[in-house]
Amino acid sequence: MRPFAYVDERDVAGAAAAVHAAPGAMFLAGGTTLVDLMRQGVLAPDLLVDVHRLPLGDIELDDRRARIGACVRNAQLAEHPELRARWPVVGEALLSGMSPQLRNMSTVAGNILQRTRCSYYRDGHSPCNKRVPGSGCAAIGGHDRDHAILGAGPRCIAVFPSDLATALAILDAIVYTRRGDGGARRLPFDGFHLAPGDTPERETILDHGELVTHLELPTLAIARCSHYFKVGDRSSYSFALASAAVALDLERGIVRDARIALGGVATRPWRCPDAEQALRGKPAELSSFRAAADVALAGAVAGRHNGFKIDLARHVLVRALTELAARPR
Amino acid sequence: MVLLSVNGARHELDLDPRTSLLDALRERLGLTGTKKGCDHGQCGACTVHVDGRRVLSCLALAVAQQGHEVTTIEGLAAGERLHPMQRAFVECDALQCGFCTPGQIMSAVAMLVEVDDRRRLTDAGIRERMSGNLCRCGAYPNILAAIRRVRP
Repeated sequence: MRPFAYVDERDVAGAAAAVHAAPGAMFLAGGTTLVDLMRQGVLAPDLLVDVHRLPLGDIELDDRRARIGACVRNAQLAEHPELRARWPVVGEALLSGMSPQLRNMSTVAGNILQRTRCSYYRDGHSPCNKRVPGSGCAAIGGHDRDHAILGAGPRCIAVFPSDLATALAILDAIVYTRRGDGGARRLPFDGFHLAPGDTPERETILDHGELVTHLELPTLAIARCSHYFKVGDRSSYSFALASAAVALDLERGIVRDARIALGGVATRPWRCPDAEQALRGKPAELSSFRAAADVALAGAVAGRHNGFKIDLARHVLVRALTELAARPR
Repeated sequence: MVLLSVNGARHELDLDPRTSLLDALRERLGLTGTKKGCDHGQCGACTVHVDGRRVLSCLALAVAQQGHEVTTIEGLAAGERLHPMQRAFVECDALQCGFCTPGQIMSAVAMLVEVDDRRRLTDAGIRERMSGNLCRCGAYPNILAAIRRVRP
């Protein structure tokens, strides 16, 4: 691990300013991604600004919204009783991944900013445009079993792995930030993560030194009827090969509205508006769910070893919708 | 200087910021009960408690633990009297090589605190909640039995 300086910040503006002022600085929260990648030599900040003691550790709920501090632990969020009732997909997504130890350490902001599990990115030496811009992509044409079938580009096919982010994608979530120059931003979650395009090293629209301070979930009637279903190599403590976050508004067996996002298969949280549209007005039954899943995966592109994900994701989405529609309400 | 509070004792250490909590415990404080398995947060052998919550000491920087209370396997027993979970592991023969055992025990103790109603904890529930602690000997059936023995 490369040597670095460490500062413990107690002030939000001070933390953002400290990282903003140093090009090689990074924020440290739970450290579960960052410390691992520093040990691998993948990330090599020369300054860590510790933000885990900032006053951003509370969940505030009222009729209009949930306001979730950036430093809330993923375990706290997963176990919050009222949150689980109003946005069940959030807790289900969190409990579907990570070990309890990791959920106790890692923060919600760290979760939506976590790095890809692409083994070529994480090995620290293969060509990787995300790690070393312009160096190429060893995953394209390589061992791409775990890689993206949606949203991939000619420079990067790495999957964005967050289960939480997949759930947030169907909830109209808002990300609040504090910038290093003292400003603040309110960013819709849709558009927060970037497609790899020509700059796969840039994963979100955050600027250097811009600190996530809160996530907001607006109250949504449809979110009460929401669900997360995931398939990975193990049934516990593994990343998704394919997952689906879904919400349904049903009236007498007819889908009035639907929300759908896929995880484990795309380069960023992958909302499926066309599949949602395909479900509206249809009976909540297997044939409708299958048709919607075909629409969701219509644009999927297989590489050498990940073609199975197209079928898997289709089945995962149908299963998620079927389980949710069968729930007593 | 970094001020660490471990098992109720305070230690002032001159530490490189790169030092993990795991290395500080083992190499600087001589508390070698906490084990280094993968050093990547995947195996759970290094599980300790920070402010009562189970965490992975290999992914925690020691310098970030100031002001927090760390408990290791050495801090679990009261003198010669073993913690009920330690006793259950012995009685149920819940280990073979023993390398993962301190992490299993620390994880299991915190796990029972996390659960609202222990009596409703099923075997499948225990397995899921202990999924972050790997045992390469495969002593899982007896680990499960030990945890069930402590559960009221």
